[in-house]
Amino acid sequence: MPPLPIPEHPPVAWYLILSAILFGLGVAGFLFRRNIITVFMSIELMLNAVNLSFIAFSYQLKQVSGHIFTFFVMVVAAAEAAVGLAIILTIYKNKSTLEVDEINSLNN
Amino acid sequence: MDSLFFLAFAAIAVACGINLVIQTHPITSALSLIGVMGSLAVLYLLLGAEFIAMVQLVVYAGAIMVLFVFVIMLLNAGAEKRVARPWKPYLVGAPLLVIFVGVASCILHDMLGDSDPVIFGSFTQGGAREIGRSLFTEYLLPFEVTSVLILIAILGAMVLARKEF
Repeated sequence: MPPLPIPEHPPVAWYLILSAILFGLGVAGFLFRRNIITVFMSIELMLNAVNLSFIAFSYQLKQVSGHIFTFFVMVVAAAEAAVGLAIILTIYKNKSTLEVDEINSLNN
Repeated sequence: MDSLFFLAFAAIAVACGINLVIQTHPITSALSLIGVMGSLAVLYLLLGAEFIAMVQLVVYAGAIMVLFVFVIMLLNAGAEKRVARPWKPYLVGAPLLVIFVGVASCILHDMLGDSDPVIFGSFTQGGAREIGRSLFTEYLLPFEVTSVLILIAILGAMVLARKEF
């Protein structure tokens, strides 16, 4: 069997590149989508991408600090999801819409 | 073997991420996000972060996404309406985003070309014991501050969910 053109073990840089790609996708969703819930989920995707970076650097530096940071990011994400979804519920009760373009009462 | 695992789950993560962005219905996006989180949990396991992988599955893919799906179902959120938006931001934004990701990837690859290969099982500090010890000694103050943050979040969510608004 001929040797694979890829290394047997992936370098840490691959994880970081994957993290960059996922972060870019999160930014794209945040900018291009109009549904407020999808925008919110794009933020979660960006947080996940950053978490992957933390874990990869933690592996490279052989330290556990990155895991702790990831843990705190998850806690903050949970709190953010609770408050953010409550805000979305309130917006929907008042405006009956989820389109970010139509929520413009602070415009002008 | 590790590379194949990495490539397979990275492909799943990227495919689910693209699906999250291009789908117009929020419930499809939510399921795609669950796919991203599940494959990221596998990647955490490959990096030796067992505790974080489990927390990712239980807290992120479990609790937070259930909250999202619950709200989507509660609001009966349908697909986005097709409306004409100004197209110039897309014309500028999409290439910029691709350039950003490309440049970031190149820089990472060049700077970390000699980074360690990730060998499964070589990093053994990611268990609950080590994380817990570090959390309750070195990072005790941030941990306690986090509890205040959670309390504030609970109060904020309760205030926002009252009937008067």
